Amino acid sequence: MFRDKDRYLSVLLISPSILAVLIFIYGFISWSVRVSLSKWKGLNPDYTWNALNNYIELFKDPRFHVDVRNTLIFTGVFVVGSIVVGFLLAVMLDQGLKGEGFFRSLFLFPMAISYIVTGVVWRWLMNPAEGTRTSGLNLLFSYLHLDFLQNAWHTTPYWGMAAIALAAVWQMSGYTMALYLAGLRSIPAELREAAQIDGANELEIYRHIILPLLSPVTLSALIILGHMSLKVFDLIIAIAGKQYPLDVPAIYMWQTTFDGHFYGRGAAIGILLLISVALLIIPYIRYTLKTEVQQ
Amino acid sequence: MSKKLWYSLLAVLMITATVLSACAPATQPPAATEPPAAGDQVEVFSWWTGGGEAAGLDAMIVVFNAANPNIEFVNSAVAGGAGTNARAVLATRLQAGEPPDSWQGHAGQELIGTYVAGGQIEPLNDLYEAEGWLAVMPETLIPLISQDGNIYSVPVNIHRANVLWYNPGILEANNIAVPTTMDEWLAAMETLKAAGVQPLALGEQWTKMHLLETVLLGTLGPDAYNGLWDGSTDWGSAEVKAALDNYVKVLSYANTDSASLSWQDASQLVVNGDAAFNVMGDWAEGYFREIGKAPNVDYGWAPVPGSVGVFQFLSDSFVLAVGAPHPEAATAWLKIAGSKAGQEAFNPVKGSICARTDCDKSLFGEYLQSAMEDWSTDIVVGSLTHGVVANDSWKSEIDTALGAFIADGNVDAFQSALVAACQNSGPCE
Repeated sequence: MFRDKDRYLSVLLISPSILAVLIFIYGFISWSVRVSLSKWKGLNPDYTWNALNNYIELFKDPRFHVDVRNTLIFTGVFVVGSIVVGFLLAVMLDQGLKGEGFFRSLFLFPMAISYIVTGVVWRWLMNPAEGTRTSGLNLLFSYLHLDFLQNAWHTTPYWGMAAIALAAVWQMSGYTMALYLAGLRSIPAELREAAQIDGANELEIYRHIILPLLSPVTLSALIILGHMSLKVFDLIIAIAGKQYPLDVPAIYMWQTTFDGHFYGRGAAIGILLLISVALLIIPYIRYTLKTEVQQ
Repeated sequence: MSKKLWYSLLAVLMITATVLSACAPATQPPAATEPPAAGDQVEVFSWWTGGGEAAGLDAMIVVFNAANPNIEFVNSAVAGGAGTNARAVLATRLQAGEPPDSWQGHAGQELIGTYVAGGQIEPLNDLYEAEGWLAVMPETLIPLISQDGNIYSVPVNIHRANVLWYNPGILEANNIAVPTTMDEWLAAMETLKAAGVQPLALGEQWTKMHLLETVLLGTLGPDAYNGLWDGSTDWGSAEVKAALDNYVKVLSYANTDSASLSWQDASQLVVNGDAAFNVMGDWAEGYFREIGKAPNVDYGWAPVPGSVGVFQFLSDSFVLAVGAPHPEAATAWLKIAGSKAGQEAFNPVKGSICARTDCDKSLFGEYLQSAMEDWSTDIVVGSLTHGVVANDSWKSEIDTALGAFIADGNVDAFQSALVAACQNSGPCE
């Protein structure tokens, strides 16, 4: 009797948040799906059925091809860069050096800044101006007589997106460092000692003992960084504004919907973004839920 | 036990109520309430929240209050994103059927293509006739702010888009006269390039669209340029191709780091002596003054080559909402916005000229006086980048086509994308 009432009560108590989630998340996702299947263009809603035409048009749209290419470049540089830099930082901090706490905070700090702030700073650092107006990193390179390193950064044709990803690596590698450091600390010292006794050198220990044991950490980092890079928007706007060569799906969605009033197309881009993020996240959530249940 | 249950139930209800009330708009628009018995009110919506624009609006409100002491002026300005935020808020209010009495918008197709198509603004022909505005505004302006013979907005200020800013010192040192035709301009830039001077300063993508519209005008002339926007000039024609070829040539003289410069950065290169020419609207003049530069010493101006005698304009204007809660008060506001007193209060502060041709010249600086002279005598055509000639959808498609062209440099693909844009969202069949 008591248990029944308790259960009744708990359902009642969480019902407002369930209701809110149903309306404001799933309700609006369904609405966006509906809009993406409509011919809505202009200020007034128009739900005329358009089947999958908005999606088909997008797959034929050269701008969307640029978006996909840019997202792939960004994801590649950002995810690989953050994981490699983060891992190396973690390994260095794990050597038990003096002032570890200080360096740990130092590397983690960029994460506390918003992408907009990072963007504004890196916009200045990556100034591509030439001649007497050279500034930022290019000027630093010229002082150091490393002129061959000077480049056009994010204004480089085709690969400009990689420069934007550099700023994101700077921001997020501290975070992957923290993940890896926690992972490294959880590896029992006996395992290393046993390997050393068996005659393994440092490199072999990392290759055969540490890295395999850290693979769950790498998976988490991959998922978290991966879904962030699919949604990247504010960093690009802060560094480069709305410019075609550095376009990504989120910027295209915003521009075409609110500047161009192509609501149907904007909704279609939104749904494609949602699907791509879901492809990454849902298997991960299932995996973590399963391991939690097992524990 | 049951008492506890009741308390919990009450708590749930209260939480639900809080959640639901949080979903409702935070403030009810004043439109929903009955007008106060003592007087009326008018709600005016804009994105003028800072700088000369907000100060100009305040000056115009003073004129309004003096003329209409019984009407309360409700200033519903929304800040952020050069109007992007405000337009999103406005769209939401219009979709909810709660329009403000009057709102600000760029005169021309940006307003007409969006709000006339949506049936949300009223024609103002009667007001224009009653106030005699047709006699004091340029004849060639009226068709650009009309659709099917109906005039839809009251322009408060005028900016000029086709201005070529130059550095007088650099031109003099290289013995170059101010160019008046495309060929002269291209020759001048070639000379400057050979002399090791940066010929043209250019900024991020929208400033490239601004340059494109002035080169189209400078090559095609006003009639064919106007024809682009009503469908009578073929976007696929040889003359448009010639204009695009000119555009390619002009672009080749620009700085390599344009994508990382704002319009201010680019214009500043001219007054600082780092570049010879820059094409930008005449708000650049306000910026030059702000950074302490003097007209005819640090900077000179001329119409963009090929467009002498043509005034490519853009304008902020106000409209009357369909279903305005206070139509009479809104009309009183529009009368002030179009009046000599209202425009003379607004424009010297904003750094633009009056839409009327009878404003007192002594209120304005040297550049603006010359612009007023041109405004009253030149042929008036509209700007693309600033919302006069193309609706938002068309403009955004042209922007995408331009972006692709800047990335790959393929003129033929650019021209066919422009043809397609006109067919999809413009008047072309």
